[in-house]
Amino acid sequence: MLIRIIILSLGLLGTIAHAEQISENYNLYEKTTRFFSFSDYSVKLILSGIILMGSGCGLIGSFVVTRKLSLFGDTLSHAVLPGIAVGFICTESKNSFGIILGALIAGFLGVSLISLIRRTTRIHLDSILGLVLSGFYAIGICLLTRIQKLEYGNQSGIDRYLFGQITGLSLSDILIIGISTTLVCLFIFLFYKEMLVTGFDEGFACSIGLPIHLLQYILWVLLSFTVITSLQLVGVILVSALLIIPAATALMITQRMNSLLLCSACLGIIAGVIGCYISFLGNQLPTGPLIVLSSTVIFIIVHLFNPKKGVFFEKFRLRKYRDKISLENTLKAVYQVLEKNHFTQDQINISDLAKRRKVSIAEAQREAKNLVKREYAHVAKKEPSMLPGESILSLTSVGWSNACRIIRNHRLWELYLTNQAHYAPDHVHDDAEKIEHILGDEIVRKIERILSNPRKDPHGKLIPSQQDIDRGFINVHEK
Amino acid sequence: MNAIPAPLEIHDLTVSFNRKPVLYGIDLCINEGKLVGIIGPNGAGKSTLIKSVMGITKRNGGWVKIFGQSGKRSYKRVGYIPQRESVDWDFPVSVLDVVLMGRYGHLGWFRRIQKKDREIANECLEKVNMSSFANRQIGKLSGGQQQRVFLARALAQESDLYLMDEPFSGVDAVTEKSIINLLRELKSSGKTVVVVHHDLSNAKEYFDELILLNMRLVAHGKTKNVFTKDLLQKTYGGRLAILSEIADESIKQNTKITK
Repeated sequence: MLIRIIILSLGLLGTIAHAEQISENYNLYEKTTRFFSFSDYSVKLILSGIILMGSGCGLIGSFVVTRKLSLFGDTLSHAVLPGIAVGFICTESKNSFGIILGALIAGFLGVSLISLIRRTTRIHLDSILGLVLSGFYAIGICLLTRIQKLEYGNQSGIDRYLFGQITGLSLSDILIIGISTTLVCLFIFLFYKEMLVTGFDEGFACSIGLPIHLLQYILWVLLSFTVITSLQLVGVILVSALLIIPAATALMITQRMNSLLLCSACLGIIAGVIGCYISFLGNQLPTGPLIVLSSTVIFIIVHLFNPKKGVFFEKFRLRKYRDKISLENTLKAVYQVLEKNHFTQDQINISDLAKRRKVSIAEAQREAKNLVKREYAHVAKKEPSMLPGESILSLTSVGWSNACRIIRNHRLWELYLTNQAHYAPDHVHDDAEKIEHILGDEIVRKIERILSNPRKDPHGKLIPSQQDIDRGFINVHEK
Repeated sequence: MNAIPAPLEIHDLTVSFNRKPVLYGIDLCINEGKLVGIIGPNGAGKSTLIKSVMGITKRNGGWVKIFGQSGKRSYKRVGYIPQRESVDWDFPVSVLDVVLMGRYGHLGWFRRIQKKDREIANECLEKVNMSSFANRQIGKLSGGQQQRVFLARALAQESDLYLMDEPFSGVDAVTEKSIINLLRELKSSGKTVVVVHHDLSNAKEYFDELILLNMRLVAHGKTKNVFTKDLLQKTYGGRLAILSEIADESIKQNTKITK
């Protein structure tokens, strides 16, 4: 997984670097301003196409991803290829209407074939999808190669349907993308709640009288429409990525359908604009792959830095938690050394701490330093000439109450396990070692109530009481 | 007396699944204000019976009338709880969203959720003690909590007849008790509740009436009359041998025909 991410990001960086290299001849700044000022007619045209496509794919992709139709979208995009080729041959031009009609028919054939195979065999759906996908794609490639060899085929630019090309986008192309996206928006606006319930619980949707098959069918038609109109921008192979990646990214951010739709549409637009921009910088670069790459990079960024579940923050949290545990363990050790001396002294040697924690003097010193940083303890040398291990550590009142709290949690939990859960006394220590760090005040109060404020743990050791904590460090001598 | 039609009337209902018959000629009439349990072994067609009433599974023969009506219009008076496994728990909906789905049937097409619907949904969540989870994603609940949300959704439907498919599966003892209390409350307010149930040990104390099912209707009547050793043995003591045989045979025949 990680390796794949690294390769991907390296690839993108390379592409960007490459793009910048090319554009040096043209001045990067000039190009950027030209792109984002939208003054150019062709840029305006391309950008409106990209924005319409990105939002349409993002919206319909939300349904594709949440209904686990990802492979279905992929199959559909491959299945339309023969239709495009036939449409081209029939109309002998790259007239969008003929091609789109051909694509629609091929898409319909593909879907019918899927359901036919499904009804007549025992093959699982994923295999059927794979079968139809590759079969139709093969036919499409054969036809396309044929077209390339025709005399009018060379300048036709029919191969743009394979990899996607943004230049030469005409107003009528944009119009068709616009119609498709408008239909998708209209569909969501009118049937939002119906799509919500059919996606979550089909049986229930049926039980309230919704025509679930009709709704599914409309979704398929819109899906094919979106796929077909997006084809010339991103190409057959990558169009399904535009359906899947923005929606999958959005799914990491939100858990509600309405915000998922919005988020996914926005991500689709952003990826489209970035990809288009890079493609614009490096004249010859194909737009489709760049849009998909930007989309992938956004996915990776969200995956790493998502504050809720992002890998980066998860690591950060884990580390914070580990630090907390280590701090608490040090405090506990200090208490235990004090306890071993029957609380006759209010300070301990670092070497005693090291012995108790079973670590080196240097390590114990580091741990003591952490306590000092939190103002849980003071560390001092009596004389400057003394060895590090002979430094004296004394707890502050905050440190003392925290140490007492940890010890109390530990011993209360041991007692709870032996008394209430009937553990043997020699089985409870390891569990308490872990639980002591996560017991909250509320649970501790509950345990206290159940055990009616005990004073001794199962091993006969004193459990520091709330009064001991409140009284603070000095008064412990009295015990 | 015939002026008020029964909540649920089933006549000669036959259902097959993947060409295999699961229910044979079921006749049933369930009266108003009853808490009815459907029991029977695995594969007896308990869920299928409910699903075919709601039109989720196609019927091969016979008819179903709900309050004297048939077809989709009659569904409005039914609250349905599907089996827990039939739902996509990863779907991005919150608990409140799910309960609001109970209002969709009343809203109809093109109408958005109103303030009143939200109030009803919140009340229903309150009733099953799930208010504090309203904004949680539905998959992040325990099995018992999910079942309670389903119940809240059914309550939000404000139906007169409830069909519930194993509402006690994956539920702890305390939740089970609170659910059965809610069902009894529904009953005492005049609603009819039909529950698919698989736990024989408490079926007797939960339900007024029992339907014993094993592909055929074995018995239907007051719990004390039908919860007998004789009838239970008939229900659980293996399939009716010839009936199963014919069912298998018919699959073979069907496959031949389609080939």
